[in-house]
Amino acid sequence: MLTLEKRPQPSKNWTYAAPLLAVVITMIVGGFVFAALGKDPLVAIRTIFYDPLFGEFASYSRPQLLLKAGPLILIAIGLSFGFRAGIWNIGAEGQYIIGALAGAAVGLAYFPDGSRIVVFPLMILAGVAGGMIWAWIPAFLRNRFKTNEILVSLMLVYVAESIQASMALNLLRNPDGHGFPGSRNLSQIPASANLEIFANTGIHWGVFTALVAVVVSYGVLMRHRFGFDVRLAGQSPRAAIFAGVNPKRLVMTCMLISGALAGAAGMFEVSGPAGRVSIDFNVGYGFTAIIVAFLGRLHPVGILFAGILMALTYIGGELAQLSLSLPGAAIQLFQGMLLFFLLAVDVMTNFRIRFGSKE
Amino acid sequence: MSDILLSLNGLTKAYPGVVANSDVSFEIHEGEIHALLGENGAGKSTLVKTIYGLVKPDKGEMTLRGQPYQPGEPRQARASGIAMVFQHFSLFDALNVAENIALGMENPPPMGELEDRIREVSEEYGLPLDPRRIVGDLSAGERQRVEIIRCLLQNPSLLIMDEPTSVLTPQEVNILFETLRKLSSEGTAILYISHKLEEIRALCQAATVLRLGKVVSKCDPRTTSAREMAEIMVGASLHVPTRAATPKGDVVLELKGLSAPAPHRFGTALQNIHISVKAGEVLGIGGVAGNGQDELLAALSGEMKSAHGMVRLGGEDISLMGPNERRSVGVCAAPEERNGHAAAPDMSLTENALLTGAVRKGLVSRGLLDWPATRTFAEEIIKAFDVRTPGPGNAARSLSGGNLQKFVIGREIMQKPKVLVINQPTWGVDASAAASIRQAILDLAAEGAAVVCISQDLDELREISDRFAALNDGRLTAPRDMQGLTIDEIGLMLGGAHDMEVAHVDA
Repeated sequence: MLTLEKRPQPSKNWTYAAPLLAVVITMIVGGFVFAALGKDPLVAIRTIFYDPLFGEFASYSRPQLLLKAGPLILIAIGLSFGFRAGIWNIGAEGQYIIGALAGAAVGLAYFPDGSRIVVFPLMILAGVAGGMIWAWIPAFLRNRFKTNEILVSLMLVYVAESIQASMALNLLRNPDGHGFPGSRNLSQIPASANLEIFANTGIHWGVFTALVAVVVSYGVLMRHRFGFDVRLAGQSPRAAIFAGVNPKRLVMTCMLISGALAGAAGMFEVSGPAGRVSIDFNVGYGFTAIIVAFLGRLHPVGILFAGILMALTYIGGELAQLSLSLPGAAIQLFQGMLLFFLLAVDVMTNFRIRFGSKE
Repeated sequence: MSDILLSLNGLTKAYPGVVANSDVSFEIHEGEIHALLGENGAGKSTLVKTIYGLVKPDKGEMTLRGQPYQPGEPRQARASGIAMVFQHFSLFDALNVAENIALGMENPPPMGELEDRIREVSEEYGLPLDPRRIVGDLSAGERQRVEIIRCLLQNPSLLIMDEPTSVLTPQEVNILFETLRKLSSEGTAILYISHKLEEIRALCQAATVLRLGKVVSKCDPRTTSAREMAEIMVGASLHVPTRAATPKGDVVLELKGLSAPAPHRFGTALQNIHISVKAGEVLGIGGVAGNGQDELLAALSGEMKSAHGMVRLGGEDISLMGPNERRSVGVCAAPEERNGHAAAPDMSLTENALLTGAVRKGLVSRGLLDWPATRTFAEEIIKAFDVRTPGPGNAARSLSGGNLQKFVIGREIMQKPKVLVINQPTWGVDASAAASIRQAILDLAAEGAAVVCISQDLDELREISDRFAALNDGRLTAPRDMQGLTIDEIGLMLGGAHDMEVAHVDA
């Protein structure tokens, strides 16, 4: 029989080994799934994990990697504070959409005049503000009426999607678009385009912001009182109150941080890779970022690597869809498995397995 | 002497890095009240867990009435007639007495029948208890009765009791002792674990002393003095805290009609509490657990704010200040629950030093944490209070209860507060560590701090308090000078409005 025995201290080795082991198990189990779909598992895994980096079309897919990893990292960094403190913002996707809409609205309002120096920073501020407003709602309701922020933030995603559709069809629709839904293409307007900072690297302003967020959040978590309060509140809520942490203020702060970064990510996306507000320009980064946050151990550096890994599965998945005609759902399954196995392997950090009967 | 009930031969149990029991042998006779003594970490709990089937020994054997006895799990131990009352109760607040008892039984009889049995047993042994009452409303003494009756319903031949009197008033202790003596006279053996040596002398007929996992002495507690037993336990002569008669200064801490609603369903509302504590004075607050101790501490620490003007420091109103503002003006507190309240178990000692030390030790400037200074502070605490740990980087949960308690108390004392509020400073701490904690409290008072010490250990309060008040259902009696207060008077103060039924027992 197996028994789990609590470790006196969380194991340092397992903290680092668990994500790696989860990736390996995911590859193995994923391989079986691909085999069951009638594909060669080795080829499939190589297509997903190797080809985008070093394959034939790597020069095209490598910039894509950072392009996709940027928003994931940015959103996940924002979520990680709340997740550490036990505040579950599941609705980053909604905050992402509202941030994108607000940023796009500012950019379009200045069309066709307006200089980039004024317009682009204003768009960023608008995106941040939009995300914060959308995150403020569940935080306020939790503090005031003890509602569950998981449900409220999640339901607000669907509200945001409806607003997005309405915007694409009415308010923000391109007047020169022959009646087709969707806004003007922001990425083609010099004042509002989220350009690459270095050509052909995929590093646009959003990716740059994500990297800054990694560094800043590392500093806050390790060296700032706020980071300490967040960790304390997550581990021992009562001790946190004893240490002088105001739980309501903490809920509000964490939600606003995650909303701000998700909103910024949305704005960078709509003015860059997505280009314009359409009915469905959002591709679920807000949800995938939850996996990224946990895969990265809620640690800024971990999130950086996890974001890149997750971006790899997106791009590799697309490649596999094209070249192996794997169904898109199989790739989502793959990403889901990654989180599933991570949570399972995580047990090893705090417990050790003993074989044989209980003493 | 009567027949041997349970005999232990050479029991040995090692855990990685520590030998909990080493070659432990002794006998318990039928109907005997046998004391098991030892400091924290001496191996008492491992030993009783072995007897109760929770731990399997590496070596050695047990015999029960001459037959080999190897319980694989508690169920087998219970089937063999061994029952145990744990130090921490395992009861559900929201269920009633009979339901709680039924949950612990293998084959509970129908509820009506069970209630009758409970009434029968409780009357027979002088433990009045209404099976229909909700456990959340019971006092600690009454909760213990639930646990005892749960055991007695199995007609045990050996009853193990782990620190049973730590939560009882003196009157409740007397009732418990009557019950235990009656059980003993009927042939039930009792293995009695306690730190309180006077109680053991009053109750027990034999004693086995453990130190570092080994049996170091077997004595007759009726003829051995408490001091002798304590010294056998510790293995050294015992340091008794000394108190310098310090002149008392001005009033530092004042509570003026402090009232507050209960913070949660099973909490206690504080009602019109008045105290004033002078510099250099220790005010002892006694009372049975659950009478408002946690709430009083929270109201003083700032975790629970009170109405304007109710809490004053040197005449200044601090009622509306949060915990860190109060620390900055000199009020520090150490709550009872170490894990998850006074300390964060998964965090390192350095981080735990920051938890309350940030303000007074200046460990944070402009929001940035000064880790080197924090680590130094943690190291100072570890050194000054003899906290046994490899270093400040270790998680709080890796420390034993007594060591963590030393750290928590040390953390507050080393901030040199003007007012220190402590709840249960030596709960679960062994004799020598307890003595050093008490000494540190007295030293702090001698330097001019006002100390409020909330405790359920009356011996402790008698040892360190200048004045004594009792907390009862959220009300506080008027404080009286400790000197000259008899144990009976204390008992009456504790009993107060608490309608403790004094049971009569037909011995």
